[in-house]
Amino acid sequence: MDLSSINPVLLVASIMVSATPILLAAIGEMVVEKSGVLNLGVEGMMITGAVVGFAIAVNTGAPGWGFLAAACASAALSLSFGVLTQFLLSNQVATGLGLTLVGLGLSSLIGKPYEGMKSPTLPKLDLGPLSDIPVLGRMLFSHDIMVYFALALVAGVWAFLKFTRAGLILRATGESHDSAHALGYKVVRIRLAAIAFGGACAGLGGAYLSLVRVPQWTEGMTAGAGWIALAIVVFASWRPWRVAVGAYLFGGVTVLQLNLQAAGANVPVALLSASPYIITILVLVVISARGHHGAPASLGRPFHATT
Amino acid sequence: MHRRTLLASAALALTLGQAAAAQDVTAGFIYVGPVGDGGWTYEHDQGRLAVEEHFGDQVKTIYQESVPEGADAERAITQMALSGADIIFTTSFGYMDPTIAVAEKFPDVKFEHATGYKRADNVSIYSARFYEGRAIQGHIAGSMTETNKIGYIASFPIPEVIRGINSAYLHAKKVNPDVEFSIVWAYTWFDPSKEADAARALIENGADVILQHTDSTAPQAAAQEAGDVITFGQASDMYDYAPLPRVSSIIDDWAPYYIERVQAVIDGTWESTDTWDGIGPGMVGIGEITDAVPEDVKAEALAMKEAIASGEYHPFTGPINKADGSVWLEEGEVADDGTLLGMDFYVEGIDAEIPN
Repeated sequence: MDLSSINPVLLVASIMVSATPILLAAIGEMVVEKSGVLNLGVEGMMITGAVVGFAIAVNTGAPGWGFLAAACASAALSLSFGVLTQFLLSNQVATGLGLTLVGLGLSSLIGKPYEGMKSPTLPKLDLGPLSDIPVLGRMLFSHDIMVYFALALVAGVWAFLKFTRAGLILRATGESHDSAHALGYKVVRIRLAAIAFGGACAGLGGAYLSLVRVPQWTEGMTAGAGWIALAIVVFASWRPWRVAVGAYLFGGVTVLQLNLQAAGANVPVALLSASPYIITILVLVVISARGHHGAPASLGRPFHATT
Repeated sequence: MHRRTLLASAALALTLGQAAAAQDVTAGFIYVGPVGDGGWTYEHDQGRLAVEEHFGDQVKTIYQESVPEGADAERAITQMALSGADIIFTTSFGYMDPTIAVAEKFPDVKFEHATGYKRADNVSIYSARFYEGRAIQGHIAGSMTETNKIGYIASFPIPEVIRGINSAYLHAKKVNPDVEFSIVWAYTWFDPSKEADAARALIENGADVILQHTDSTAPQAAAQEAGDVITFGQASDMYDYAPLPRVSSIIDDWAPYYIERVQAVIDGTWESTDTWDGIGPGMVGIGEITDAVPEDVKAEALAMKEAIASGEYHPFTGPINKADGSVWLEEGEVADDGTLLGMDFYVEGIDAEIPN
């Protein structure tokens, strides 16, 4: 087995790129679930973001506008889920699955004229001296801005939930919406804000796929990335840093196994591909054996103000 | 009230009558990816559209896209049979057992399974000799590579894919004895991000030619981004990526076959058959070879295409040894279809193992 053709520097660099879309989607979904709402429509929101981001980037020639439009479009789509589940009290699981189907259909409709087109892609950020550091520079400091934005977002969400009053209120809403309501907090409004945030993040993740990682528009191109994002939230037991670890693990294993194969290593491919899922199951077993699974207590339960 | 019922039922009878008269036959299609994948499923859907165009109102077509292979496929095929399809085309290898299972339950419905090997009284099989196109790709790839490393994105370890790898390898080796193949198994037919990652991994490991046996155009985009890498369109022309990185392609043309089979259902002459056509009958097409390919290589490739089409040359002509060193074909011997259909070994020189 000769692994010398794998360049660890390039490997780490590709892992960072391949983890970014699921990281963005997962951190958004984590906030949504922290507020007590289970939105299973991540896949639909991601692919809507992918197509809208691509279309706007092609038309304006500026990927930045693409990302912005993707975030807005997916947030708008997620608010339709918000209205249905928060005001009309529809079942969150069914509505979320419906959102996925709507997103897939809508995206292929919007995307028809854009098949086979090329988009302007994000330039690599020039971090000056940092990028010139041997090894580390190429590994960590020569990516496009979204890679760092995703990591900054994780830090931001972590700080928001841990240190701010608003973060405390959001968590309270997720743990016990009745108590939060009794204290005078607007449960529905808080949840709608969280849902919109989650939608925007999923949209950014989708746009990252179509504008940077692939980069092109193909129907159905998310191919299950949204579901992986959902799994990562559970894997992370609803903690921001673990979401980042989970996303890099999932992204890392995919890229690593492809690289091992390309280098001619004789690896059990099927086992490697399944390993993130196996780890997720193990983590679930461990946390449930410890008796505390970390899920917000009101997750997925409908809220109706009684007074 | 009576009058209203009467009117309603009259209207109903009228529409039903029209429907029955206008559409004699319903043809159903089960796709493994979305119709907009730009590759495999796209070409099958072009075939479906050709059926609609050819028969007009006489034939109604229905399809379901992105149907996973395996157990869920059985549900989708059953659903289609229940909704009144007279003939159902299941267009991926993994639908083989589900197709046979559903066909048993619906003896009056005709089934056509692509790229498999199991038949029944109401199940035909059809496929194209993609390996003929792979031979031409291998020739161009072997002639043009500078790093002598050719990357191959494979989907699942099934005979069809292994045949393609062997055919491309033999012909690359013939023009360039130093050539090496790196094979990556993606275990998916359609996942653009994974396909792009696979292409990038191969390029980072030194490959300057990428052959793909997956369905999306993502590897083309990844190769274009990397620069100095050539690719080939798979299943569809993928001409959006010409003249570079895409220098040629294998195009599947299912339309004539689909029209012929639907016609047979209309005429009541449909029988279970086994069709395996290649470049000669036109089921496999070779997309335009771009100017990025040197003139002499292009001429050789076209000559090989002619020879294969006329039956003068078979891509698997001995002497060929298996990877374990044993003799497969003697000098001048030509592979028989049975061995090709069940191919589960690499030819000598490919330094890898087939995952099981």
